[in-house]
Amino acid sequence: MLTEFLQFLLSGVTVGATYALVGVGFSIIYNASQVINFAQGEFVMLGGMMAWFLFERAGLPMPAAVPLAIAGTVMVGLALEKFAIEPARNASIVTLIIITIGASIFLRGGAQLVWGRDFHALPALSGDAPIDLSGVAVNPQSLWVMGCTLIVIVLLHWFFSHTMTGRAMRAVAFNMLAAQLAGVNNRLILMFSFGMSAALGALAGVLIAPITLTYPDVGIMLGLKGFCAAILGGLGYPYGAIVGGLIVGISEAMTAGYVSSAYKDAVAFVIILMTLFFMPNGLFGRRGIERV
Amino acid sequence: MIRDIIGRAIGGLMSALAALIVAAGGAAAAEPIKIGSFLAVTGGASFLGDPEKKTLELYVAQINANGGVAGRQLELVLYDSGTDAKKAASFVKRLIEDDKVDIILGGTTTGETMAVVPLVERAGIPFISFAGAGVIIEPVKKWVFKTPHTDGLAVQKIYEDIRAQGLKKVALFAGSGGFDKSCRANAHELAGKYEIDIVADETHGKGDTDMTPQLTKIKNTGGVEAFLYCGFGADAVVAAKNYRQLGLTLPHYQSHGSASKRFVEGTAGASEGMRLPAAALLVARQLPDSHPQKKLALQFEADYTARYNEPISTFGGHAYDGLMIAIGAIERAGSTDPEKVRDEIEKTANYIGVDGIYTMSPDDHLGLDTNSFVMVEIRNGDWQLLK
Repeated sequence: MLTEFLQFLLSGVTVGATYALVGVGFSIIYNASQVINFAQGEFVMLGGMMAWFLFERAGLPMPAAVPLAIAGTVMVGLALEKFAIEPARNASIVTLIIITIGASIFLRGGAQLVWGRDFHALPALSGDAPIDLSGVAVNPQSLWVMGCTLIVIVLLHWFFSHTMTGRAMRAVAFNMLAAQLAGVNNRLILMFSFGMSAALGALAGVLIAPITLTYPDVGIMLGLKGFCAAILGGLGYPYGAIVGGLIVGISEAMTAGYVSSAYKDAVAFVIILMTLFFMPNGLFGRRGIERV
Repeated sequence: MIRDIIGRAIGGLMSALAALIVAAGGAAAAEPIKIGSFLAVTGGASFLGDPEKKTLELYVAQINANGGVAGRQLELVLYDSGTDAKKAASFVKRLIEDDKVDIILGGTTTGETMAVVPLVERAGIPFISFAGAGVIIEPVKKWVFKTPHTDGLAVQKIYEDIRAQGLKKVALFAGSGGFDKSCRANAHELAGKYEIDIVADETHGKGDTDMTPQLTKIKNTGGVEAFLYCGFGADAVVAAKNYRQLGLTLPHYQSHGSASKRFVEGTAGASEGMRLPAAALLVARQLPDSHPQKKLALQFEADYTARYNEPISTFGGHAYDGLMIAIGAIERAGSTDPEKVRDEIEKTANYIGVDGIYTMSPDDHLGLDTNSFVMVEIRNGDWQLLK
């Protein structure tokens, strides 16, 4: 009974951790621009695809392939900001969001062209042999996912509270005009946000690729679930997105395990609807703050 | 009006030119037999459509080099539907109205095929589809035939194997795509006939990253004797990996949708010991010499790899069989009269193809049975034919 529960929990936390990484990316870009970047899932895909390409095709060792894949995705993120978002920065938020949707379709199509439509497998970082923890079968890759997410949380906390750039990002999120008047370079912050979100997405992509394989469409569902995580946690609250991601992941696993797997995919979207009905600002969003 | 006249003038010129060329070649001056085709050469199903196109082009050229069919050359009119059912329908209209083809082969996916069924039925042109689902030929449509195995046949073959081992209680796990759902429905429908009890029935969403909760439930279901997964692609790989992660050791069956090397590579060893039904082509070398399909399968493989320098896939086989059935029918009919050709396709009997041995009838426009599949087991990352 207990092992069953723990097995479900393990599944939920692993999946939830990837949703969290994607969700944090949504929040960071939202903070800098109020834009919801629907190409976030494609960062996940690019991370996994590039890592596979560098490792399997270019023959690089894993410790080189992974950072290079993340760096490559960051370049794509920066280019997206520079060539798609920045030229349209005077357009309305809705226009910018539509641009990101266009970018996501473009990136998916590009990936299909370059790497083909087939799925590709990236080997697990430390083998496929499951670890048996008193009846609970743990995939070593799950530990990597959870461990890296934990490290990212700690680093993010340090970054937002102890570095000048991090504080400037928080200032922009709080009040863009005031931050600008205090000398914060808005455009640089926006650029930086896209780079950071791309890095987080790519990291999630690299970590999850050995579990789920990687293919051009892999980012669609992960992006949507990450969006749910960000909404649940309160858009613009990176820590909220982490909690949101874990809640979505664990609810999905428990629903599949205890209720019916037919409803599993509906869970995330029911959560989004419930959040928007009853807590439009999410779990951690402060009430009554209206950004205009 | 003027366009019409110009069109006719050009058409006349073209046929005069064609006649000249044919006459120069010394062959019979008869008009070519026009074979129309629409395939998903690009787009989502390109991994199916591309080998189909290559197979058609290869064999049309080969047949023409050998003197054609009944003294007439073949002319292939092929359009790329881009895996889009709407485009497929407009290309088929063009094939019927402008190109005036004698027969239509193709329709890589079920969606494209079903979109053009009303058109060919209305125009009265024989049509052989290369798409998988049983719905194409059930109920029987007068002008529509198909060559690939259906998921129902795969389930029957798997159930036969399960029963042959004296097993009975099956846990079913299926994805949510069209193929997955159809396979699951068949698994339920056919269970009674094979005296199989489905004791667990789980599903997962498309692109799911972790399926251990569903599989844990199956693991904890009492009395399960065999495991059947309905689905293909990356989802099938995740299911196989999670199955191994949880230490499940029940006999693991998947459909012919997983009969690809990419699947085996993707599972990184987690598919060892898995059994699945596959076309004989996949294990042509292992077939006993007495197997009727062996010679043809090896010949097809040799032709294809020699021309394109890439490994064969079973999808090209669908196109090969479609083309050969069409040509056999035209030869027997002695003309390209659509009604006669259609009747002859329906009378196809004991045609030994790449996908199996076809015997069609007015109630069966596929003509394959479970003998067209062989059971294979994955051993050391390769296919092992089961006797």
